[in-house]
Amino acid sequence: MSVELDVFVGNTTIMDKEVYQLWLNGYTVNDAVKVRIEGGVMEECEASAEVLLSDTMDQYRTFQMCERLLHHPAKLANQLLFQIPPDRQAMLIERYYAFDDLFVREVLGKKLSKGTKKDLDDVSTKTGITLKSCRRQFDNFKRVFKVVEELKGPLVENIRQHFLLPDQLARDYAAIVFFANNRFETGKKKLQYLTFQDFAFCAGQLINNWTLGAVDNMMEDMDVDLDKEFLQDLKDLKILITDKDLLDQHKSLVCTALRGKTNVYNEMEANFKNLSRGLVNIAAKLINAKDVRDFFIDLVEKFIEPCRSDKWTSIDMNLYLTHYTNSAHILDTFKHHAVWTRYMGVIKSCILRLYHD
Amino acid sequence: MPGKLKAKIVAGRHLPVMDRASDLTDAFVEVKFGNTTFKTDVYPKSLNPQWNSEWFKFEVDDEDLQDEPLQITVLDHDTYSANDAIGKVYIDIDPLLCSEAATVISGWLPIYDTIHGIRGEINVLVKVDLFNDLNRFRQSSCGVKFFCTTSIPRCYRAIMVHGFVEELVVNEDPEYQWIDRIRTPRASNEARQRLIFLMSGELQRKIGLKVLEMGGNAVVGYLQCFDLEGESGLVVRAIGTACTLEKISTFPATATHPSNSSPSKDMKDSPQAAPSTLGCRSTHSSPVHSASSRLSQGFSVSVPTLLFAGMGSGGSAGKDAGPLKALLKQQTQSALEQREYPFFTLTVFPPGFLLHVGGVVSARSVKLLDRIHNPDEPETRDAWWEEIRQEIKSHAKSLGCHAVVGYSESTSICEEVCILSASGTAAILSSRFMQDGPLDTELRFEEVVSPGCGFCHIPYDELNIPFPAQLTYCYCCRRYKVPDVLFTTIDLPTEASVTGKGCLIQARLCRTKKKAQGEVNAMAISNLLPFLEYELHTQLMNKLKLRGMNALFGLRIQISVGETMLLGLASATGVYLTALPSPGGIQIVGKTPSDITYEQHISNMQKKINDTITKNKELYEINPPEVVEEIIGSPIPEPRQRSRLFRSHSESSDDVSEIDLSHGKKDAFVLEIDDTDAVEDIHALLTDSPTPAGFYSCNTEIMPGIQNWTSAIQMFTSVRVFRLNANLTNQGLNKIFSDLCENLLKSLYFKLRSMVPCCLCHLNFTVAIPEDELIQVAVTAVALSFDKVQTLENGKQSGEKTPIKAITENDEQLQFNLELNAETSSSSISPKGLSEVGSHPSARAPSVDYSSFADRCSSWIEQLKLKAHTIRRGSVKTTSSMEKASPLPEGRSRSLRSNRSYSGSSVAVVKMTPLSFIPGAKIIKYLGIINMFFIRETSSLREEGGVSGFLHTFIAEVFAMVRAHVAALGGNAVVSYSMKECVFMENPNKNQAQCLINVSGDAVIFVRESELELTSVQPQSATTQTSNGGEGT
Repeated sequence: MSVELDVFVGNTTIMDKEVYQLWLNGYTVNDAVKVRIEGGVMEECEASAEVLLSDTMDQYRTFQMCERLLHHPAKLANQLLFQIPPDRQAMLIERYYAFDDLFVREVLGKKLSKGTKKDLDDVSTKTGITLKSCRRQFDNFKRVFKVVEELKGPLVENIRQHFLLPDQLARDYAAIVFFANNRFETGKKKLQYLTFQDFAFCAGQLINNWTLGAVDNMMEDMDVDLDKEFLQDLKDLKILITDKDLLDQHKSLVCTALRGKTNVYNEMEANFKNLSRGLVNIAAKLINAKDVRDFFIDLVEKFIEPCRSDKWTSIDMNLYLTHYTNSAHILDTFKHHAVWTRYMGVIKSCILRLYHD
Repeated sequence: MPGKLKAKIVAGRHLPVMDRASDLTDAFVEVKFGNTTFKTDVYPKSLNPQWNSEWFKFEVDDEDLQDEPLQITVLDHDTYSANDAIGKVYIDIDPLLCSEAATVISGWLPIYDTIHGIRGEINVLVKVDLFNDLNRFRQSSCGVKFFCTTSIPRCYRAIMVHGFVEELVVNEDPEYQWIDRIRTPRASNEARQRLIFLMSGELQRKIGLKVLEMGGNAVVGYLQCFDLEGESGLVVRAIGTACTLEKISTFPATATHPSNSSPSKDMKDSPQAAPSTLGCRSTHSSPVHSASSRLSQGFSVSVPTLLFAGMGSGGSAGKDAGPLKALLKQQTQSALEQREYPFFTLTVFPPGFLLHVGGVVSARSVKLLDRIHNPDEPETRDAWWEEIRQEIKSHAKSLGCHAVVGYSESTSICEEVCILSASGTAAILSSRFMQDGPLDTELRFEEVVSPGCGFCHIPYDELNIPFPAQLTYCYCCRRYKVPDVLFTTIDLPTEASVTGKGCLIQARLCRTKKKAQGEVNAMAISNLLPFLEYELHTQLMNKLKLRGMNALFGLRIQISVGETMLLGLASATGVYLTALPSPGGIQIVGKTPSDITYEQHISNMQKKINDTITKNKELYEINPPEVVEEIIGSPIPEPRQRSRLFRSHSESSDDVSEIDLSHGKKDAFVLEIDDTDAVEDIHALLTDSPTPAGFYSCNTEIMPGIQNWTSAIQMFTSVRVFRLNANLTNQGLNKIFSDLCENLLKSLYFKLRSMVPCCLCHLNFTVAIPEDELIQVAVTAVALSFDKVQTLENGKQSGEKTPIKAITENDEQLQFNLELNAETSSSSISPKGLSEVGSHPSARAPSVDYSSFADRCSSWIEQLKLKAHTIRRGSVKTTSSMEKASPLPEGRSRSLRSNRSYSGSSVAVVKMTPLSFIPGAKIIKYLGIINMFFIRETSSLREEGGVSGFLHTFIAEVFAMVRAHVAALGGNAVVSYSMKECVFMENPNKNQAQCLINVSGDAVIFVRESELELTSVQPQSATTQTSNGGEGT
């Protein structure tokens, strides 16, 4: 004796948010039923395990049928098969494209290739996220990447329109696409303390200031790639460390401004030349794609770690970077003011974000 | 050349990839009607082709317009090989042939393939120019309106109810033709789909002709069915009620809506029940079994019939009205007797039409199928049905009734055996809506019958009751006799006074039978049928008593035949009619009273039953007003008497009456336990689990005692197939079947828990035995949410200040009550009584409901906001008003729509409901009947998610196609929706499955009542909008 067939179809498609989440998390039907039983839904609704199993299977089937549509969220709105109220549609899309921070840290900056996908079982073991869920998240990244890659216009806006995602999620996806495209290294041990949101913030800064789209939004491919011309110009900043006079002058200007205003003045004074060399060298090397990848490692190694060992506070950091940036403009022989502002604006906000006290 | 059909193919979208190399499709479209075919150009390399074709024009007879569907085929052009079909769309153009229905079909329709399902959508425009044809001998019946709704449609008024129309057409089933051996499954399915489209078109046309002959202009309660007889052919048959309808033109003047009129019901109970002082006693009346099987020519066994429940006296019927009534009855009767069959498929009646209800009449007959030799003369099938109808007619007569209402017919086929069933409710109707009705006398008579209880009064002479029944004086009016229990197939009349709430009651039964062939098999089945019916009836009665109720409405008994078993499922909605006596409890009696442990066991069970009854009474709020029992001069001084049912008749009733019942003064229904069967029965009785908190269920249109429906409705279909083990006993089978139904209900409650408090209405169960050891149960119903808080408030209000409430809500009701209370003599004609008789124009419009005033204001503001949005976006669509009428969680969806741009226009929401109305909304236009038939087949069952995945997709696809066709007609809802056929066959070994689904309903445009009221409150701001919705397209 067995139930051979069991279906329930509503004119308005019934979808349980809780079951949807379990499905997204990659639970099997049986595991999902267990979780639901523990959640106490049975007592609430006077149901039996049998009812719960039937409901869960039915919901899972519905989600599987919808998944095809979720790959192209715009289709969800004008398909005829399922009648889903708009707020439900938005919920389905948003949750489908939501991702685990733990997971995204593992693949951030990696090439979204088949190779990476093959390694997902390792990621799954490491993070405790089911392989199924890892695959969904990875495929989402890849799908968004592929669609946006070909499109003109602002990255975040493109993602939002094509995938109907809420603003914050669209920004996060922009960061993921940007990182994947530029292959920023984020997996090194030294970077482990950083969260995805730290990187997403930096990505936002880079997209808004260093890409071609930041200057002229009529250009193609603008938001995904860094502005080559700008990177070329960055080499000119080298004068700040190669010209000894300029370096000394810069140091004395910063020291004068900071004297008495910070507890780490001595350490700062002693380290000034090293720190300045670090930042300018990063700028000068960005023209090489390989060095772009190491951008975050360099920032941490060359600047953040020395400061942290000297026990700077965030306030010290802010103060220093402000004066360091501004002082350069007073230097007589320094001519590259525009490039410097564009460079240091991003560097400053990134460092402040990446510097955890 | 009386008609010109025009079609234009606009565009396609979401087409499947047909060319693997380019991942694109070169699509073109063939438009076919009759034997004429047009083609569009090929739109190369696109999944979203824009054909924008010219108007394809077909000049055809209107006869063909009625019979043929417009057939649209989308194909992929292939230079080197044959073009591949992508899919088809069949468009029924019947709605365009009636001036009052739709004027154009325009919209995105799913492209359907019987193997792949929905494959993209196509945008089409279809129009018809019809020329008037005055030929008296024409074969077409354009302009006759068809309604699935089994009541007078909401925006019409019945001028005349002409009566029963029936027709059937037969053909060979393409699947069983020789050619099927060499053609593809797709070709075979399509041939079948097309044939059934054609046959139902033809059927509808023929019925239309009959209606015109009778002088009517519409068919209400149109019920069309298919009999897939396999080898012997395909029968499409239909029944309906011919009417002359008149459209109610002015907006607010339509007949009262149930949700409007229902609030008055609660408070109506009190004034009517109060003067009731005559106390009577009752016992159960057992069913009559006129079981005589007879063999008729060829081979057929007819199994006649159960007559259910109460009937009785007109002996003392009415004082002054007596002779008048008799006269009237005579006249009506003669009017009805002229008809071949005085049958009505209606289940809800215009006020004053239904006078008395006798009880359920049904007839079944077992037939052996043989090949239909001449499809043009389907005489055998006609004769079969004629036989059954005659039988029904005579049953009605024996109940003293001249008409049968709530009439329906069905079949169950297994191999070559076919059970034909018909059932209805014997009734006496007023001649008001009938042709030769004496109009003046009838009005005078009308006043005497109180609306709340009149229909319960027995239609038959007390002295000539064909079986013993317990009659009492009506608990409402105290003037006429009523039975103790009333079973009917109709809906609960809106004016009926009911105590408490109702609930779904089901009797389920399985009977094994031996495998057999031919006549032996048919004989075996026909021998089993009476027992099956008898037990179902007993179960129903027991369950009714267990719930403390005294009447069943919407009774539907389905008997399904398989090779090794028979399945019986009876569903009905139990209620407590205030007019009928309170039911006694159930008493259990043991056969061997000497044994102490046995006695203990029995008393335990008795306690359980009593507890359940008490609990149920609480649950369904059944607290009938206590009547003073012994009143001097009680008209029928009956001795306390208990009639017993169940097996043994050996014991005398004196023994029984020794045992006192907890259910006090009322007489009990006695269950005697004399064998294990009975013990099982009692267990089964008690295993029906109560509905979870917040849920109610019924299989009728509305649930008494619940008002304040919100706009949240959810229609659904659920199907389960259960595989049995071999060698089960009857008991085991019963339990499994019962559990299957119970579990299905439990699942439904769980699924719909977010809608609590809610009521599952029109719960329609269909059982089938698709093959040996399989049981299939399909349910279609609608869940309606209601507002609990308001219900309580209303209850309080009605209790405290009835008169005030009555005036604001529904004034004519109160006037009626006053009249009753004052006991006005029957001869005086009160003008108020007269006005109540007609449908009260503008009864509702001027009454202002202050409680909802704030709501209305806020919704008005909402609407203004919405308008502002539309203007800002600069897109004003004609459909916008319909979207607004849609019940999505409003505020949120709007804000979403405003700040998020979905690419393309989003799909218009189409509501579906098996009910004839939409709560909180007014139907302003009927666009035509939806009658669709689909076949889906797969040879990759596993890949499509197994049987469940396959059927889930198919049902979703059927819903989608119904919605799309309704939207294309300009509608925003389907009412009276039903899934009449769901035949599922599988062959897992071959990885194959096939399913046939037939659905029907009425496409309508509705407008939210809040928006309608808006027009009266704020005419200047809202007129444009409503008129927009009113015109539809």
